Amino acid sequence: MLIPETLRYSEDHEWVLVEDGIATIGITDHAQEELGDIVFVELPAVGAELAKSATFGVVESVKAVSDVYAPLGGIVTAVNEALTTKPETINEDPYGAGWMVKVTLANRADADALMTAEQYRGFLAQEKP
Amino acid sequence: MSETNASAAALARTPLYERHHALGARMVEFGGWEMPVSYRGILEEHRTVRTAAGLFDVSHMGEIELLGPHAAAACQRLTTNDVRRLANGHVQYTILCREDGGVVDDVTLYRVDDQRWFFCVNAGNVAKDLAWIRQHAGAATVVDRSPATALIALQGPAAAGILGALTPLVLERIPSFRFARGEVAGLPVLVSRTGYTGEDGFELYVDAPRAGALWDALMAAGAPAGLEPIGLGARDTLRLEAALPLYGHELDEQTSPLAAGLERWVRLDGEDFIGRAALRHERERGAPRHLVGLALRAPGIARQGHPVTFEGASVGIVTSGTLSPTLGSPVALAYVSAALAAPGTKLAVDVRGRPVPAEVVATPFYRRPRPVAAAPAEVPSEVAEPVEDAVDASDDAAPADGEGLYEIDTAPEATGADEPPAGVADAPSPADDDAENADGTQVTREGEH
Repeated sequence: MLIPETLRYSEDHEWVLVEDGIATIGITDHAQEELGDIVFVELPAVGAELAKSATFGVVESVKAVSDVYAPLGGIVTAVNEALTTKPETINEDPYGAGWMVKVTLANRADADALMTAEQYRGFLAQEKP
Repeated sequence: MSETNASAAALARTPLYERHHALGARMVEFGGWEMPVSYRGILEEHRTVRTAAGLFDVSHMGEIELLGPHAAAACQRLTTNDVRRLANGHVQYTILCREDGGVVDDVTLYRVDDQRWFFCVNAGNVAKDLAWIRQHAGAATVVDRSPATALIALQGPAAAGILGALTPLVLERIPSFRFARGEVAGLPVLVSRTGYTGEDGFELYVDAPRAGALWDALMAAGAPAGLEPIGLGARDTLRLEAALPLYGHELDEQTSPLAAGLERWVRLDGEDFIGRAALRHERERGAPRHLVGLALRAPGIARQGHPVTFEGASVGIVTSGTLSPTLGSPVALAYVSAALAAPGTKLAVDVRGRPVPAEVVATPFYRRPRPVAAAPAEVPSEVAEPVEDAVDASDDAAPADGEGLYEIDTAPEATGADEPPAGVADAPSPADDDAENADGTQVTREGEH
């Protein structure tokens, strides 16, 4: 179970990397493992405005459909178009080539409010039955 | 991310539960059972069954026996197909219908002999089916063998080779939809050439306490051929590619077998059965909706419950859908208005508010390469669940004579799944265990039993 120290995490199992006022967002290793083989990804358009905690995309595995929630608000500046043809990239490299969107960070405090790697590890441990 | 996980509280477990756990299976609730949904990933497991072989624990399915001189008549009354077509050692796909034609369950019916029959029924329907069968069995004796019986499916192009190395049974003499009793890895097993994947394969009925030993023997023997354990996730994608119905999706009590395209297994002009009058009436009127295959022509996955539309208007509903691992494109089964059911019809599926173009296509979506000697056409069959049994089967005791599901060792030659075998009569079978079937076929190798 990979949980990179450099990222922040949401309770909905998204990760966020903040660099130069841009937040890159994806789903965690735990999330992709829970979903299984991912076969379809629906992403917003560039220019769309993400509202914190609102659905911004969909990830579908063979058996399940999962909404993806915005861990923070902002304007979409880039989407990972490669996922349209190779959705399995999320399974293979959730923190790298499997990134989903980049957004301009509307409020830095949103990012600071997210869990650290250590907190996310603790969160997963208490989530398990 | 949001997901819902079914609570595993108070779920039944099959005799193979510990093995699934040891194999690292992801377990889910299915029909009241805690079952493996996948071990290594659904897509990989799916491909394993299409190219090599897979082993499935389907012990959650039920086995309900009908016994005695009135058993054949009870089976005829309960089911849409014609039981007179069955000789000893034959299996038949058939349907239990309500008076109004709605489907109680789709099942397979096994004729052990003229006074001994059993149904293999869907896991989630065991209690309902048992009550229904008891209600309509007349003077026949009904016994629930589910708790005592485990069921392991071995499916895929390598299945026959794997099983053949473990049994004296001559598998070439057990064609599709035939069964025989014999030993597999030294264990008494009922071997049925049936399945739910679209591949060649077998379903092996065994006393629950012996399920682990049988599973281990099959896994060991099959390893060189690439045999892997397969979960319910791939079972679902495999059956969907083969366009085999799943109860609760394509079939339910509000759906008639005619709408589901199962006319071939409904003998409206034969013996009477429960639901025949309603289904005859429906045949005259024409079913208002038909089950069709859909190929989606743009990215998106149709799921159960998604509306099917034509020129913006709702004309049907999806019952099952996935990305076909073999085709690499999304497919679905759906009920649509009869007028729009012809292959080539351009429709759309409303995938969470987004219309995705779809086309009605012929089914199955996948058909396995056939050997030179064509097997009879595959018929749907599915779902089972296991149980605790009234028969005390200790770990090493063979089933007592007349107990369990293993009292047959002959299988007639195939006559085609849809052609009545010649000379099937309800003549009493010889009472001893060495009975030959009507044409004297022996299915064990010379000198072996």
